[in-house]
Amino acid sequence: MDIDWGWIGDHTGTLGDHALIHIRLALLPVLFGLLISLPAGLACRRWQWLYAPVLTVSNVLYAIPSLALFMLFIQYTGLSASTVMIPLTLYSLSVLIPNVVDGLGAVSEPVRQAATAMGFGTLRRLVQVELPIAVPVVIAGVRVAAVSSISLVAIGQLIGQGGLGYDIIRGSQLQFQTQILAASVLIVLLALATDAVLVIVQRLLTPWSRARRRAS
Amino acid sequence: MITFEGVTKRYPDGTVALDDVSLECPTGRITVFVGTSGGGKTTALRTINRMVEPTAGRVLIDGGDVRERRPAELRRGIGYVIQHAGLFPHRTIEDNIATVPYLLRWNKKKARAAAHELMERVGLDPSMARRYPFQLSGGQQQRVGVARALAADPPIMLMDEPFSAVDPVVRAELQDEFLRLQAELHKTIVFVTHDIDEAIKLGDRVAVFQTGGRLVQVDAPEDLLAHPADEFVAGFIGQNRGIRTLGFAETGGLRLSDDAVFAGSADAADAAGLDWVLVVDADRRPLGWARPADETGPLAEARLVPVGATFRAGADSVRVALDAAVLSPAGLAVGVDETGAVVGTAGGADLLAVPTHGLAGRAAADSAAAEPADTPERADAPVKGGAGD
Ligand SMILES: Nc1ncnc2c1ncn2[C@@H]1O[C@H](COP(=O)(O)OP(=O)(O)OP(=O)(O)O)[C@@H](O)[C@H]1O
Ligand SMILES: [Mg+2]
Repeated sequence: MDIDWGWIGDHTGTLGDHALIHIRLALLPVLFGLLISLPAGLACRRWQWLYAPVLTVSNVLYAIPSLALFMLFIQYTGLSASTVMIPLTLYSLSVLIPNVVDGLGAVSEPVRQAATAMGFGTLRRLVQVELPIAVPVVIAGVRVAAVSSISLVAIGQLIGQGGLGYDIIRGSQLQFQTQILAASVLIVLLALATDAVLVIVQRLLTPWSRARRRAS
Repeated sequence: MITFEGVTKRYPDGTVALDDVSLECPTGRITVFVGTSGGGKTTALRTINRMVEPTAGRVLIDGGDVRERRPAELRRGIGYVIQHAGLFPHRTIEDNIATVPYLLRWNKKKARAAAHELMERVGLDPSMARRYPFQLSGGQQQRVGVARALAADPPIMLMDEPFSAVDPVVRAELQDEFLRLQAELHKTIVFVTHDIDEAIKLGDRVAVFQTGGRLVQVDAPEDLLAHPADEFVAGFIGQNRGIRTLGFAETGGLRLSDDAVFAGSADAADAAGLDWVLVVDADRRPLGWARPADETGPLAEARLVPVGATFRAGADSVRVALDAAVLSPAGLAVGVDETGAVVGTAGGADLLAVPTHGLAGRAAADSAAAEPADTPERADAPVKGGAGD
């Protein structure tokens, strides 16, 4: 297979624009997913009986093919970005909710009781003790959700939402391998870069986590 | 003073964790809750800071019902230490210690300064201030837990098995430092343990809980040892009750004998007839034990067996002295003063003749009113060898 380096050189600008659209389409749903998962996860810990049904629903959603979800939402949101982002948000829940629940579960009973005994109220304990301790596990979930969202969102081009999915579909219509390959490689690079950024964020947020011994 | 008035706690599942407990924990003293697992010790402790609400009865602090105070407020004025320290893994040591000051909205500088001062108080190197809990040993974490509880200088401290997760050597160290700290701070302390030895060592008063949340006995440790209220308490205290009682008998009244104490310059012949003699230097510091029969010439040149354990006359208990006697080749305990100079020696029988609060002393006194005369007699005998002065 021949790669048309000349085409790539001529199109770096367009490819870059597509990459930006792509990452925005992919990561906004993860952000929304996180905003939903935090209260959902808290509720599931507060009312244990809630967790099993919530988990089942989010897993069932994950099992629905994306195309089917697009078709469903087109009826309501038309050919807009929302039609791509809503399904991706729903998908992210199946990873994020369990991780929020597990993250909060990582707070040991002695720590919880010590906090109570020191005079933390429920909300203050949540914000100052429980959530910070849950951060590593929550971010681990965000990494999985972000990477899978970056690869899934390519299909958004089916309803004309652009991004690097455009180059893959366009390339296959024209049987132009270079364009397909360039877009695919970019998607992988975006995923790797996002993951690396998240790892750094986690290290900055949790200098205390065992994975990294800070010499002091 | 913390007062329990007929406190009962029945959990929704029917478990009775506390059964009509009435008890006073005096101000500035250490009250130890001890007893079988599930006896309600932790539950009782937690009724004080309202982590558990009694089903019946009430808990008073200096006469005021704890239920009249908001839980969070109440708790910020009561230090709490738990078994596995329960340190916040995401906070540095200094910030862990400053937890309650932060909650009380002290400014950061003042809170950290208090934290650093406390680190020294509890024997932590200030260089650890910026470390995280996982970088500390279990014993160090426990010290941080104690410092954290003390940070806002609360008058009351609740401690739930604070030293039981560390090895015996570290535990003994922590206990000693805890007593030293309490001698400076005079907190009102309620201390939970399932270890009767710890209870006796630390407690000014010991409260024994039995399964079912029944308080069986509250007494000073020596009285508890001497007069257990019932079979349960006697069984709980264990086999070595008599020996333990000696831990409360003082060596102050003991008459120490100089018979076996010889200066290094004395000749072995001076000590003829004695099995063992204690050789001391010009300042009466012990050099070692010698066997006169095996020696000729000055005792300083004799083959000496190291003295090993000694006891501080007047300061250590008879139990410590007895321990020293058992370990000594001569069967004599060596009493020293605060400078380490030998005061004299005492044999096992002398030590056991010391009156105690308890049964052991009483038995000795009762069964042989004439017997005590036996001891002074020896001490009054002319001192042989004259310690070479
Ligand atoms: N939340 C709860 N619900 C039901 N029962 C409880 C609860 N907490 C404690 N109990 C029961 O109350 C009793 C007393 O418990 P508690 O923890 O006070 O005992 P303890 O003396 O501290 O025991 P240990 O030495 O094992 O710590 C036990 O039988 C325990 O099972
Ligand atoms: Mg307990």
